[in-house]
Amino acid sequence: MFHQAVWDEKLIIEKSGKRTLKLPFENVEFKMKIPEDLARKDLNINDNEEYEVIRHYVRLSQMNYGVDLNTYPLGSCTMKYNPKISEEIVSMDQVKYIHPLQDESTVQGSLQIMYELQEFLKEIGGMDAVTLQPVAGADGEFTGLLLVRAYHENRMDFKRTEIIVPDSAHGTNPASSTMAGFTTIEIKSNENGMVDLDALEAALSDKTAAFMITNPNTLGIFEENILKIAKMVHEKGALLYYDGANLNGIMGKTTPGKMGFDIVHFNLHKTFATPHGGGGPGAGPVGVKKKLEEFLPVPVIGFDGKKYFFDYNIKNSIGKITGFYGNFAVLVRAWAYIKLKGGSGLKEVTEMAVLNTNYLRKKLQGYYDLPYKELRKHEVVFSGTNFKQYGIKTLDIAKRMLDYGLHAPTIYFPLIVEEALMMEPTETESKENLDKFAEIMIRIASEAKENPELLKNAPQNTAVGKIDEVEAARNPVLSWKMIKK
Amino acid sequence: MDDKSEMMQFLGINSLDDLFKDIPEEVKIDKLNIPEGIDEQTLRTEARNILAKNKSFFDMPSFLGAGVYNHYIPAGVYAIASRSEFYTAYTPYQPEISQGMLQTLFEYQSYIAELTGLDAANASMYDHSTALGEAARMAHSINEKMEILIPKNLQWQKKSVLWNYIKGLGMKIIEYDYDKKTGKIDLEDLKNKINNNTAAVYAENPNFFGVIDENVLKIRELGKFIFIAGINPISLGILKSPGDYGADIAIGEGQIIGNPMNFGGPLLGIFATKMEYVRKMPGRIIGMSKDRNGKRAFVMTLQTREQHIRRARATSNICSNEALCAVFSASYLSFLGKSGLRRLAEINMQRANDVREKILSINGFKNAHESLHFNEFAIILPKSEIDIHKHLLSRNVHGGYLLNTWNKNAFPELGNAMLFNVTEVHSDKDVEKLLNALKEVQ
Repeated sequence: MFHQAVWDEKLIIEKSGKRTLKLPFENVEFKMKIPEDLARKDLNINDNEEYEVIRHYVRLSQMNYGVDLNTYPLGSCTMKYNPKISEEIVSMDQVKYIHPLQDESTVQGSLQIMYELQEFLKEIGGMDAVTLQPVAGADGEFTGLLLVRAYHENRMDFKRTEIIVPDSAHGTNPASSTMAGFTTIEIKSNENGMVDLDALEAALSDKTAAFMITNPNTLGIFEENILKIAKMVHEKGALLYYDGANLNGIMGKTTPGKMGFDIVHFNLHKTFATPHGGGGPGAGPVGVKKKLEEFLPVPVIGFDGKKYFFDYNIKNSIGKITGFYGNFAVLVRAWAYIKLKGGSGLKEVTEMAVLNTNYLRKKLQGYYDLPYKELRKHEVVFSGTNFKQYGIKTLDIAKRMLDYGLHAPTIYFPLIVEEALMMEPTETESKENLDKFAEIMIRIASEAKENPELLKNAPQNTAVGKIDEVEAARNPVLSWKMIKK
Repeated sequence: MDDKSEMMQFLGINSLDDLFKDIPEEVKIDKLNIPEGIDEQTLRTEARNILAKNKSFFDMPSFLGAGVYNHYIPAGVYAIASRSEFYTAYTPYQPEISQGMLQTLFEYQSYIAELTGLDAANASMYDHSTALGEAARMAHSINEKMEILIPKNLQWQKKSVLWNYIKGLGMKIIEYDYDKKTGKIDLEDLKNKINNNTAAVYAENPNFFGVIDENVLKIRELGKFIFIAGINPISLGILKSPGDYGADIAIGEGQIIGNPMNFGGPLLGIFATKMEYVRKMPGRIIGMSKDRNGKRAFVMTLQTREQHIRRARATSNICSNEALCAVFSASYLSFLGKSGLRRLAEINMQRANDVREKILSINGFKNAHESLHFNEFAIILPKSEIDIHKHLLSRNVHGGYLLNTWNKNAFPELGNAMLFNVTEVHSDKDVEKLLNALKEVQ
């Protein structure tokens, strides 16, 4: 039986010791005089021995769950195995100890990798140009929407103030739309969980700047009317935006470009196997069709046949999205992943991801409610409504999964599915793992009926029990400084 | 039968194509035009060969700063951040099984709160530039005013990112001047530009020229706007915290504390504020709570600010952030402790000023700003920026930031000038190399 480590580890401020770390120039004499009223008086942090700091954080790490431990079926997060060779490559001095403002002649290796990645992503997205600068999926969305704005304004079309999104969209879509200065129009999905064409038609107008969707959508369902959608959007003079969070469901089978999209962002930390770091860093490059190339952020990486270079010569560039060129160390990992897989390997990734998803879907059907059609792409969304009669919510199921040493799926999303359980196994789970996973899910389903208290009291086998989230929000304690108050 | 066939049989399909029959034929592709995959050893060799074309700090000492800084990172920091329980985790959506990351991020937030003298920090922004953009948006959402005042001597990248973050709100950027002699804030000019529509004033200490500027102490008394302070976290080992001089929001580059330069990314945006504004703050926030048995536990909190709940009305769209970089920083600060951070700040200030004096002793190299400096200082050059830059490269040393060539000729009063950055990683030998090369151009 699984049990997570429990260390009762204090906060680092509650320990104190002596600093054993020696700094370069530790003994240099400080002769400078800081103006009295600008000098620091006190700082409430402690000194510690090096070995105690190591123990502290290694213990904490043992109370954390990563994809290197077990299945991590978070839907829309694509938690696949991250190849270790990528970690080795980014630990090289020629990655870590390179300053972003170094002369081009001294960073040809970095630029080559970035250039090659741009080319790979163009091909995978079916796009004409790529910027690597956005550092997260949401940052890619924000960038893409600024490009939308620049495109319309450049045509002297200032009335396009609306972005349409389906009600199944990731929360970042409407949030990015607001950040870029647009109003968001949300349209209802149809009875099949897909874009309702009538609702789309009704929402589209000469005020529409773009329609943002992901395909496959967040239910894992492929939008079969995508060509019609593209036509409707383009006829109204609007652009079609592809949220790349679900790219793992179509790679090598089709491309956003083929489907008629004008802009796409890629989540390198999902599809391209760069580790998610417990919340980041990620990378969210954006690809565009020719007509949007002149607005890309500066610089993009160019190649003149001999040398790689920063291309700042972009006619109507929107400028900068982040300080430098994007999350380079993440870009390198994605480049390495694509090199390992190759074109046909990426296609196999999608095939196995979709096979795994549908296998799991069929295994769990009958035990968990499956709204909408059967065939899914990279992910499947079940509903926990059939357990309501036993007083069990999706949250209880999720917490019980932790007791079995599994991470829970994404829950309560997408919003259009009641008590949603959104599962994405990815291609890097063996049949054996999927069988084991399904077996546990089926066992939990029967526990829900026979012994619901087990679920309500879960988790028991994790470092801490169920946490009072309401209290945390009502009386926020956000730093150790606030504990004392 | 192999696993794949068994699974296909279970699904009742003969071909994997059956799983893709919902994709219209017109949009299908046969293959991706990307070379065939290679094995790990071949990739290892190829990556090494490509990256060998880069010159790292160890191949060629560099005196670049201007936003990204090379500092000593204890080996222990890498050891901790390389724990795959940390780095292969997703955002801690299931807190009970993610206490390690949550506590570490809580400690990071606590360190930042202590350094900045503010109540709370978020668990990270992308970088200093985007933290500035988010801070401006937050100021607007607090007081609904439309103008942000920024120093004229702000790096162009930051200005550009800021503009992209606020143009959707219809906000305006107004630049206030600096004193050409000292490089410090021109308080008179700033005062004249503050009005009823000022949402925020942004000021840095140390500033882009590396100048330590006590004028930041006088900003709070100029009005009721949101005061956004830009900081260097190491300098806060010896400099007064922004909370102590009345800042409402503090932002900065967290790469400085324990993260490698990585050719400019990932970086780490520091963002802290007062309790009264916490609910307007962007980003993930970790809070302390209790589990059902009364045991201390950590959890993501105040999530009703965020995109997955509030959608179009969220404080920000940020979702993936730079959590692992915050792990680097939390462990880094734990290794240093109070005594280490203070000492490190002193070393940095002292070393930079020592090297500055040595450069100024070379004929033809002139002081740009009569002030105290932290890490960075501007030097007026005897020849063109590019010529000197190229000469240094030919001597296998990378000079500083070309203040006009690389910053849209924003500082005409300086003419040819270079912004040098010196930290504790620059050995005496590195400095010697720089000085010898500079002497050749006098």
